[in-house]
Amino acid sequence: MKQNRPLARAATWFDLKAAPYFLVSPYFILFAIFGLFPLGFTVWVSLHDWELAGDREWIGLQNYTDLVLDPDFWNSVVNTLGMFVMATVPQLLLALMLANALNKRMRFRLLFRLGVLVPMVTSIVAVAVVFGQLFARDYGAFNWLLGTDGLDWKAEKLTSWTAISVMVDWRWAGYNALIYLAAMQAIPRDLYEAASIDGASSRRQFWQITIPMLKPAIIFTTLTSTIGGLSLFTEPVMFAQGDVGGGSLGQFQTIAMYMYEMAFREREYGYASAVAWMLFLLIVLVSLVSFLFTRRIGGTK
Amino acid sequence: MKFSRKTAAFAAVLAGVLVAGTACGGSDDENASGGDITLTVDTFGAFGYEELFTQYEAAHPGIKIEHRNEKEHEKVYVPKLLQYLETGSGAGDVVALEEGVLTSLRGQADKFIDFNGYGGAELEANFIKWKYDLGKSLDGKSLMALGTDVGGLAMCYRTDLFEKAGLPTERDEVSKLWPTWADYSATGAKFQDKVADTKFVDGPAALYNAILSQEAPKNGNYTYFDNAGAYVADKNPAVKTAFDTVNGLKDLSAGLKAFTPEWQTGFKKDSFATMACPAWMLGVIKENSGDAYAGKWDVASVPGGGGNWGGSYLAVPKQSEHPKEAAELAEFLTSPESQIAAFKAVNALPTSPQALADPQVADAKNDYFNDAPVGKIFAAGASTLQPVQLGVENVSVRTVFEDILIAIGQGQLSAGEGWTKAIEDGRKKSE
Repeated sequence: MKQNRPLARAATWFDLKAAPYFLVSPYFILFAIFGLFPLGFTVWVSLHDWELAGDREWIGLQNYTDLVLDPDFWNSVVNTLGMFVMATVPQLLLALMLANALNKRMRFRLLFRLGVLVPMVTSIVAVAVVFGQLFARDYGAFNWLLGTDGLDWKAEKLTSWTAISVMVDWRWAGYNALIYLAAMQAIPRDLYEAASIDGASSRRQFWQITIPMLKPAIIFTTLTSTIGGLSLFTEPVMFAQGDVGGGSLGQFQTIAMYMYEMAFREREYGYASAVAWMLFLLIVLVSLVSFLFTRRIGGTK
Repeated sequence: MKFSRKTAAFAAVLAGVLVAGTACGGSDDENASGGDITLTVDTFGAFGYEELFTQYEAAHPGIKIEHRNEKEHEKVYVPKLLQYLETGSGAGDVVALEEGVLTSLRGQADKFIDFNGYGGAELEANFIKWKYDLGKSLDGKSLMALGTDVGGLAMCYRTDLFEKAGLPTERDEVSKLWPTWADYSATGAKFQDKVADTKFVDGPAALYNAILSQEAPKNGNYTYFDNAGAYVADKNPAVKTAFDTVNGLKDLSAGLKAFTPEWQTGFKKDSFATMACPAWMLGVIKENSGDAYAGKWDVASVPGGGGNWGGSYLAVPKQSEHPKEAAELAEFLTSPESQIAAFKAVNALPTSPQALADPQVADAKNDYFNDAPVGKIFAAGASTLQPVQLGVENVSVRTVFEDILIAIGQGQLSAGEGWTKAIEDGRKKSE
């Protein structure tokens, strides 16, 4: 046994000191390969005049200075922020109401709870086909329902943003509702019982108990929606039926679409990388603002 | 303690496996077995090669052909191809290049094999001269691509809708209705009076490109870029004429963007009665309209005289592992006999003088298009077609002009504002 001592000690040391690193390593190794490396490479590319399948030349920060003066880029920033506000605010409110309703006693509760996830698991191609038909200028279902015959939803900023926001909400409201629902289930019931005995109405209970207790979930969903909303790509591209130009005059071109257009249509890989980094900075900035905003929720002043 | 040691060991092994797994993700492909070679051919739209592939495989045992086809050219096929060329892997052994795309790649001939090394120089007589010359690199040293087809112009129209509007339906009579674009516009106004639900023309894109390709030969054979590559859209009368003519037809237009699902739906909903059609467009019309519309379409001559729009090439990327076999396949596919076969399959107008003169092409009729003598209509003028000099940034600039024409149709811009914006945005894209 004596000879085994150093080995045993080494094993103990391994257990205590090294094992945790081994346990967390798979994620960080994968992150380094698929996250960190592309991130760094993008910086490298963005400092070049790098033409896809063509020449490349070091130009320093030129891409960034060009970008700041590029009206098309700012157009895409305005579109992205506009659609972000238009889609995210009603989406989270809708999710909250949905979760509150699903939290009540009702028949077929499980069925409805699973039902809100259906939009998420629907194939994107099917979604594109359906929404393309719904918002079509000719023979579109929404134009028929609203009596706006021949309204071209893609022609103007406001109509196109509305159409895209509807798509975003349809896909993501259920997902957020489930997160809220899970958080609601974790709220102790005796809080509500006590409130009922004190004579608080159910509306009052919702605002004074449910919402403050949901704060961590609200912060989480706000942050994920911010990141998702600012990198919005799939829905507007589907709305434009595969075109990354975002309408005839870029009415609904988002930053992510502009980045794609620059890289793969204009073949300006370096410039597109600069756009990617600007988008990253914008996401950090807006996430910070939404975090500070949601942190104040719930009256814990 | 024992338990946790086991866990740690397991985690370490798992981590090792994951790393090893990611490190050698892209291992060798299935080339190891025997002498069998798989050649991948990348095409877009309709090339009509299916039967030729079967034929080639039968004649060359040991060669298998894998065909990858994309329906969408500018948004799917081209970005993918550029990524393959950038990263040096993934491209097919033989790739199809549309004329505009080829033009933009002529400066990067080092990414493609030189057909001269595979007997390309002896093939010169198989092609219309300018088509052959355009396949060379910018310095003229390397033959980087071989031509497949050219895009002679015509005007396709719906006989049943013309009848409804009280217009003649017989193709020679219809051709006489519109010797010029002004006549075409006048005919359209007459049509629109009688048939309210259907617009006369599908949208601005096909018209605009057709007129531009007619006007270019009158103005030095170039469009947005002169022969030195300088941006001249604001100075070239061809661009202005095409732009203004299309805007003049705005009220007759369904305003649909070509190749979008709405445009495709339009074929089945009688949204429009005519559209400018280069030879290759006939296959597109047939595919979108379906069997129910067989015999309802016909082909008349295009207003304003002939023009050349589109046409493609085949090239072999240097990254191909079997350049010799790939070059042989590309030469086979662009041979006069193969061009005839492709013409029969999808109406791709040959670029070989021998094929154009062949009775199978010259006397061909298209039963879907009411037995229109497509050979006579397209092939007759094909050998006299002029090449239009396209700049490296042609596709980007063309997209700007097409989008702005759509925006004018949507009422977002006046014609004047649109013109100014198109010139400026085009200049930006050309830089």
